[in-house]
Amino acid sequence: MDQVARVLQFLAGDPQADRVVPPTGFTVRLTIFTAAAMAFLAVFALALSLATGRLADRWSDALARTATVRISTAPGQLQAQTDAVLEILRTTPGVADARALDIEEQRALLAPWLGPDVPIDDLPVPQLVELTETEDGFDAEALRLRLSAETPGAVLDDHTRWRRPLVRAAQRLRMLGLLSMLLIALTTAAMITLAAQSALAANARVIQVLRLVGARDTYIARAFVRRFTGRALIGAVGGTVLGMLAIAFLPSASSAGGFLTGLGFSGAQWLWPLILPPLVAVLAFWSTRATVLRMLKELT
Amino acid sequence: MIELENVAQSYGGERLLSDISLQLAPGSFHFLTGPSGAGKTTLLKLCYGELRPSAGQVRLFGADVSQMSRDDIAQARRRIGVVHQECQFLDHLPIHENIALPLTVSNRDTTAEAENLKELLIWVGLRSRAGALPPELSGGERQRAALARAIIMAPEVILADEPTGNVDWEMSQRLLQLLIELNRMGKAIVIATHDLNLIRAAKSQVSARVLRLKDGQVHAAGADL
Ligand SMILES: Nc1ncnc2c1ncn2[C@@H]1O[C@H](COP(=O)(O)OP(=O)(O)O)[C@@H](O)[C@H]1O
Ligand SMILES: [Mg+2]
Repeated sequence: MDQVARVLQFLAGDPQADRVVPPTGFTVRLTIFTAAAMAFLAVFALALSLATGRLADRWSDALARTATVRISTAPGQLQAQTDAVLEILRTTPGVADARALDIEEQRALLAPWLGPDVPIDDLPVPQLVELTETEDGFDAEALRLRLSAETPGAVLDDHTRWRRPLVRAAQRLRMLGLLSMLLIALTTAAMITLAAQSALAANARVIQVLRLVGARDTYIARAFVRRFTGRALIGAVGGTVLGMLAIAFLPSASSAGGFLTGLGFSGAQWLWPLILPPLVAVLAFWSTRATVLRMLKELT
Repeated sequence: MIELENVAQSYGGERLLSDISLQLAPGSFHFLTGPSGAGKTTLLKLCYGELRPSAGQVRLFGADVSQMSRDDIAQARRRIGVVHQECQFLDHLPIHENIALPLTVSNRDTTAEAENLKELLIWVGLRSRAGALPPELSGGERQRAALARAIIMAPEVILADEPTGNVDWEMSQRLLQLLIELNRMGKAIVIATHDLNLIRAAKSQVSARVLRLKDGQVHAAGADL
């Protein structure tokens, strides 16, 4: 409670104490700009982390539950083989549902690759059978053996082969997003430290006068820290809002069948970027405070 | 209140003051004279903890300066009013806020002291200049403002480094009068000056000791003054 009171007191400020440090235009603008730019970038890093997290979940989830059997054979035998495959799948434990895709669905699947005007009826396109797993899943190796014994043209593709690297890539991207956030935080702290240092150097005379009339280090520090924290907060709010707007108005990319995801936030994830401004303010508070107290100690 | 015991001070190996012992008791009045460069400013700096002695011991209100933290020094300075030779102000704040600065930095309520501040401004003749910025003041006005700032906290000791260097005779009498009044209230006063007329004027009203700095030593000046 005591700490909360102190934080509130700090934020409310002491207008008289704040005035002892002259407003220094340049470092102030630098701080606002840095905080805004870094918050803006952080919104994207956050969006990247959340989106790739979503992507990894979706891929490991949705793709794990479906598999495809591809049947390529002489056109005359296609229907018979398809029926045979469906029969095998119906009696395979762990397969919840199996369904042959009709010609329209296959056309839709191929259209992105071949264009809408290709007469796929005339092409030797394999028949696709989509199956859905039960909770427990099925034994892919056993099914593969049985298919190759009874329907030589049928190949089981359980997606794991190409799903795994995708999930790994998505997880790696998420790591990179988090790493970017960390780097952004460190850069922000570094920039604010430099700005605070230059503000202190520019105000050496002010500090000397304050010291001569009996100001404690914490008093002098507070005047600077409050200013930098306030400016960083203002900048971060601006940068966060702009970043969120930029993401909200990002052209939607989610029409491509649903397993790609847009770079963005969904639902409650929109709350995440709101932690950025207070985070930047805390960062500014500690980096300015540490800098000022360290520099004051070096004075007489 | 302020005690110097066998204090020496060197700048970069060169010894400026040596073996100085001095006690500033409540109600005492000292003048510090000596040619320019004799070390008057340096001696005063030792008295308010701006410098730490190269040798010997300085005690501020009973505490050894070499053992005091930065905060302790800050705390002690609230009990010592200093008029610096080069008066420095916060140039972005009007003069009345500069004079109130010791109150501000010790978190005292300046509105409660507004009446005192006004009287003080009248005493030092800066009433009409209260809203001016320090760079707009003349040298004499700055010295008067510095004196006002030094005494606003009602300190126990007042150290004034050539406080009348830039003011005319009439104003220097006025400032002296203010310091004499404060001395009668029990404050210890030290004035560094080479203005012998000022010393004579004071000696007719208070019993002041005159210390002469020469060759790094303090000597009690004789009755020739
Ligand atoms: N910070 C310093 N570093 C080196 N020398 C100094 C410093 N301050 C003062 N001095 C030297 O010490 C001598 C005494 O200075 P000061 O105490 O200001 O004398 P006064 O006030 O009696 O004129 C001068 O020769 C001056 O150059
Ligand atoms: Mg001097």
